[in-house]
Amino acid sequence: MRGALLPSQLRAITSTRSGALAIFIVRRILWMIPILFFVILITFTLMHLAPGSPWDKAGGRQLSDTVINNLNIRYGLNKPVAQQFLLYIWSVVHFDFGLSYQYQNKTVSGLLLESWPYTATIGLLAFLLIIPVGVGLGVLAALRQNTRIDYITMGFATVAASFPNFVIGALMVVVLSVLAYKATGGNFYLPAAGFGIDDSLIMPVVTLALLPIAYTARLTRASTLDTIRQDFVRTAWAKGLPERLVVIRHILKNSLIPVVTTLGPTFAFLVTGSVIVETVFSIPGIGRAFVVAIESRDYPMILGTTVLFSLVIAVANLVVDVAYVFIDPRVRLT
Amino acid sequence: MAVPAATVEQLSQWEVPEQQIGLWSDAAQRFRRNRLAIAGAVLVVLLILIAFGSPLLVQLGIIHDPLKQNVEFIESGPGQNGYLFGSDELGRDTLSRLLFGSRISLAVGIFVQGIILPIGLLIGLTAGYFGGRVDNLLMRFTDVWYAFPDLLFVLVVVSVFGPSLLTIFGAIALVNWVGLARLVRGQVLSIKEKEFIEAARSSGSSPPKLILKHLLPNSLGPIIVTLTFGIPNAIFLEAVLSFLGVGIQPPTPTWGQMVFDGYEAIYANPSSVVFPALAIGFTLLAFSFVGDGLRDALDPRMRR
Repeated sequence: MRGALLPSQLRAITSTRSGALAIFIVRRILWMIPILFFVILITFTLMHLAPGSPWDKAGGRQLSDTVINNLNIRYGLNKPVAQQFLLYIWSVVHFDFGLSYQYQNKTVSGLLLESWPYTATIGLLAFLLIIPVGVGLGVLAALRQNTRIDYITMGFATVAASFPNFVIGALMVVVLSVLAYKATGGNFYLPAAGFGIDDSLIMPVVTLALLPIAYTARLTRASTLDTIRQDFVRTAWAKGLPERLVVIRHILKNSLIPVVTTLGPTFAFLVTGSVIVETVFSIPGIGRAFVVAIESRDYPMILGTTVLFSLVIAVANLVVDVAYVFIDPRVRLT
Repeated sequence: MAVPAATVEQLSQWEVPEQQIGLWSDAAQRFRRNRLAIAGAVLVVLLILIAFGSPLLVQLGIIHDPLKQNVEFIESGPGQNGYLFGSDELGRDTLSRLLFGSRISLAVGIFVQGIILPIGLLIGLTAGYFGGRVDNLLMRFTDVWYAFPDLLFVLVVVSVFGPSLLTIFGAIALVNWVGLARLVRGQVLSIKEKEFIEAARSSGSSPPKLILKHLLPNSLGPIIVTLTFGIPNAIFLEAVLSFLGVGIQPPTPTWGQMVFDGYEAIYANPSSVVFPALAIGFTLLAFSFVGDGLRDALDPRMRR
């Protein structure tokens, strides 16, 4: 039987777990399409609802009609809005986000390509920091429940989860850059701006990672406390396994399952957090480029960045959802 | 009808609780026992007093006018030139700007919840009560909103419509109603199947009465908790907007903007960053303590 699958064959596929898994993944991937479509639609509509045209100059000399006409033709703004939208979707599918308004002859894709290594470096380092530190603190607090270690860890997590990251970043600059510089006469301080593969990475990465670390630690603590009280853990202790083995093999393995679900939101947070952290520490990444585009109303750039960010978050959520199915065999595939 | 003597005796021996404790008074009791929640509540009350009282303090001459510049004394450190908390880059009193900044933060936190509540209730109740296709449609709609990174959405809206108070409130509300709508839907779905709803329905309650008298009051606890946690979230988003320079425009003092302004001259006068930064941090901390306390107090499963 070539070509399309018959309903009976489909049913046969879904009846096995690996078949159901395949269908689940395909459905999850397809679901990304309407989500991204609507994100583009909403942002695109907002851009076109903006009062005035992008060529209006506040207070300055107005451009002549001929120039505006030429600009409209160059940026494709002379076409009907619906057609513009369809053309935009078509070019986004080809990873072409159009021309930027704020720089001459620069494409949005070019700008994004220029700035993504900075954002990716900081995001990746933060991500690598979150899991070991967050999980480590959470397990430690749970194993030493109601001791001073537990209180200090959870107190830290509560504060870190409440203080916004630009506040934490600014306070870190005050202490580790300004006050440290003044106190040591310039011998020891962390740079408050710039980007390099050196100590200038420390503060941005810590600022970005602190809130997800706090969330991960709180969740890990809760799920570890749940696991500790399970029968199989008591059995493991009872049969005389050393602490290291019980913690790693029996407790950690199970208490990490719920932590995996937070990785999706964590990723989303890292992406939007880059907007703030890159502003605080003057890093020329995508987040900073987005803020500059917002300030100068560079609509193609705003649109392109929004699409890219949403795509990254959607893919991260997809990966987490699929990974979760593999990690936890109890998950139902619906 | 003759009642057997034994039964009467048994009846009189029944222990009647001295005092009936309702859900709300029980919750209030448990909230009061939570020290962190009380500390948070005290701080919130203090903030409200400051927000309402700061114009009065200026009129009485106790603090400086937050907009009045004294160009002779710019960037004074704390305690210098008669400024208890120092002055900023335009020679304005940091303390009074800090006190006035609480007005914007509280206004954002509370008004945004006022916008979220009707939207979240309407969508959540409709989806949960009618179920089926309506539910499916509305939930896919909320999924789309949920996929939108909230900070980006707020930034885009503010960039398009300009940074007025109305735009900022509206934009923050538009990204935050989703959580409430989903919560209300979940509550309605779980309560809908309970026996007392069945009873009310079979005794002829109309859908509006069912929703208003039974479904809504029974999901009030979680709704209150969600709205309370929404307050710090809204305050945070407004502060970020101000910090990025696209929030409420100067000269109106807001904490985020003060951090931004102070950050420009952080080496000369670090205190002008520290004070507003701590004000934001502790305000958010206070609201999340209150939220945690309410969540624990209003959860009937945690009753004694």
